[in-house]
Amino acid sequence: MAFFLDLTVNGLLIGCMYALVALGFVLIYKATSVINFAQGDLVMFGGYIAAAGLSLYHLPLWVAAPIALLLMLVLGFAVERGILRPLIGQPVVSVVMVTIGLALVFQGLAAMVWGAATINVPLPIPFQPFILWEIFISPINLVAAGLCVGFLVGFVYFFRRSRMGIAMRAVADDQQSAMSVGINVRIVFALSWAIAGLASGIGGIVWGNMLGVDTHLSLVGLKVFPAVILGGLDSVPGAILGGLIVGAVESVAAGYIDPYVGGGTKDFAPFIIMILALMIRPYGFFGREIIERV
Amino acid sequence: MALYPLPLAMASYALGVALLLTIPLVSDSHTMAIVNLIGLAAIGAIGLNILTGYTGQVSLGHGAFMMVGAYTAAILSARYGMPFWVGLPAGGAVAAAVGTFFGIPSLRIKGLYLAIATLAAQFIIEWCINHIPWISGGVQSTIYVPTPAFLGWEINTEYRRYFMILPVFMLAYVAAQNLVRSRVGRAFIAIRDRDVAAEIIGVDVFKYKLLAFAVSSFYAGVAGALWTYYLKIANYEHFILSTSISYLAMVIIGGLGSVLGSVFGATFITLLPIVLVYVVEGIASLFGFTYFAIADFLANLRLIIFGGLIILFLAIEPEGLYRMWGNIKRYFRFWPFSY
Repeated sequence: MAFFLDLTVNGLLIGCMYALVALGFVLIYKATSVINFAQGDLVMFGGYIAAAGLSLYHLPLWVAAPIALLLMLVLGFAVERGILRPLIGQPVVSVVMVTIGLALVFQGLAAMVWGAATINVPLPIPFQPFILWEIFISPINLVAAGLCVGFLVGFVYFFRRSRMGIAMRAVADDQQSAMSVGINVRIVFALSWAIAGLASGIGGIVWGNMLGVDTHLSLVGLKVFPAVILGGLDSVPGAILGGLIVGAVESVAAGYIDPYVGGGTKDFAPFIIMILALMIRPYGFFGREIIERV
Repeated sequence: MALYPLPLAMASYALGVALLLTIPLVSDSHTMAIVNLIGLAAIGAIGLNILTGYTGQVSLGHGAFMMVGAYTAAILSARYGMPFWVGLPAGGAVAAAVGTFFGIPSLRIKGLYLAIATLAAQFIIEWCINHIPWISGGVQSTIYVPTPAFLGWEINTEYRRYFMILPVFMLAYVAAQNLVRSRVGRAFIAIRDRDVAAEIIGVDVFKYKLLAFAVSSFYAGVAGALWTYYLKIANYEHFILSTSISYLAMVIIGGLGSVLGSVFGATFITLLPIVLVYVVEGIASLFGFTYFAIADFLANLRLIIFGGLIILFLAIEPEGLYRMWGNIKRYFRFWPFSY
């Protein structure tokens, strides 16, 4: 029982970070109907910028982290502006492929600028895990989960209460009506990408601290797909729930199955769950039921 | 023959075959290897184009279906001593079965959701092949395959491999061209353009969607099996997610919904890294760098150029190289008038 609890709790803590990345993804999808295969690469890029600032240029944390986040914000904005706006109205496969192309460019660029070796993101957090009711918890997981929850709460507040947040929801709901009441849809598109960039930046910093930053960090983006399918592609609470589920599932599955098959369950179990979800309830827990059936 | 009704079209077709047959006469072993790689890629790309270009179903799992074909062929040849002309269709058949299974979600979902479902297929197949010892053959999931032979001829040089790949390629090409203009192909196109309307005019959407997956993964399986016989080794690393992405790039850059376009795309994507190496090496040697000093730089540059080209193509010519080819042909047909 303790083993199961241990796996679940740690999985949920990791899940908070998946939720953060999934949020960026959902936000972009909700506002612009673009499925962003470069989400993981945005995380990687954020991690690289932070790691470069801290490890290569030896900036203090309170300078490096805001710079990284600001750059990610600008990057998200620039991507929407420069690359995705010309593609409005193109078929799905084109848009998918553009974000994949973008992912490749990010990977090549990051490795070219900062080298292929793994760089650390040193954060002032102790490494030693502590024990809470027989559960081993490492402080970084806790801090990361806290940061992610903080961002999520802040975002949801912004999304529900602020003027811009309401505009974003209106655009997600119905673009034409939003336009007709005077909402600037272009700004909303750009803002969605900018916030997604920001979320990825935070993800990159905490993940970079856990795993170290190299181009493999972009693989965390692949976990986003099971998360958002489970939660519903266009639902913010769904993204959060999906992220938590994926974190818990991969941790529990890895704990129980890995000893028998020699590893790799972590990368595989979420996708099995996802296929099942697609067959039973393709729009997820909270997604809008607008999937066209044939 | 009815495929090319005009004498001119017939002539160009004959010219194409003649050109393919003269390649080995004029090229050295190194060039032959490149041509062979293009042929292998083209078979896979034609398969994916049937699924994505003609039927409108995005697939990110094409590499995995190739992997199924590759391992099927390898197991048949290495463990059961089957000749390659048995392993080739067998690889296609098993891949078709697996591909059809993973096509089942396409009955309920499409577009973005299907892209993600096929992404899952890529991971699940990769994991299964890697973690089932009977399939993967143990160490590093690698199966060594004996040199294929045909009527006592060992297929052991690039020239002989060319004549192993060429008939398969020609068969695949003609079969695809015939398929897409038949009843089945028109059903595919109807589903791509508007699935609801297709159903109303009597197309069995369920059947044809699965059929598209079956045909496409059959091609993938054959291509994967050919890879195995070509390299005399089956290894999952040749068929990972980035392979699937490369094939998607081939059909997009070549031209969605065009068999000839798939060949263009396969040629382009295969040649790109090779040309890039020459160009960068040439520039680097001007400044006195050796190849090893720039190897990392080159790998990253390849990624950037590859990704950048995909973005550029989609922004400038979404219909790909096939459309450009058509523009060139039209230019000469109407010359000296612009239209």
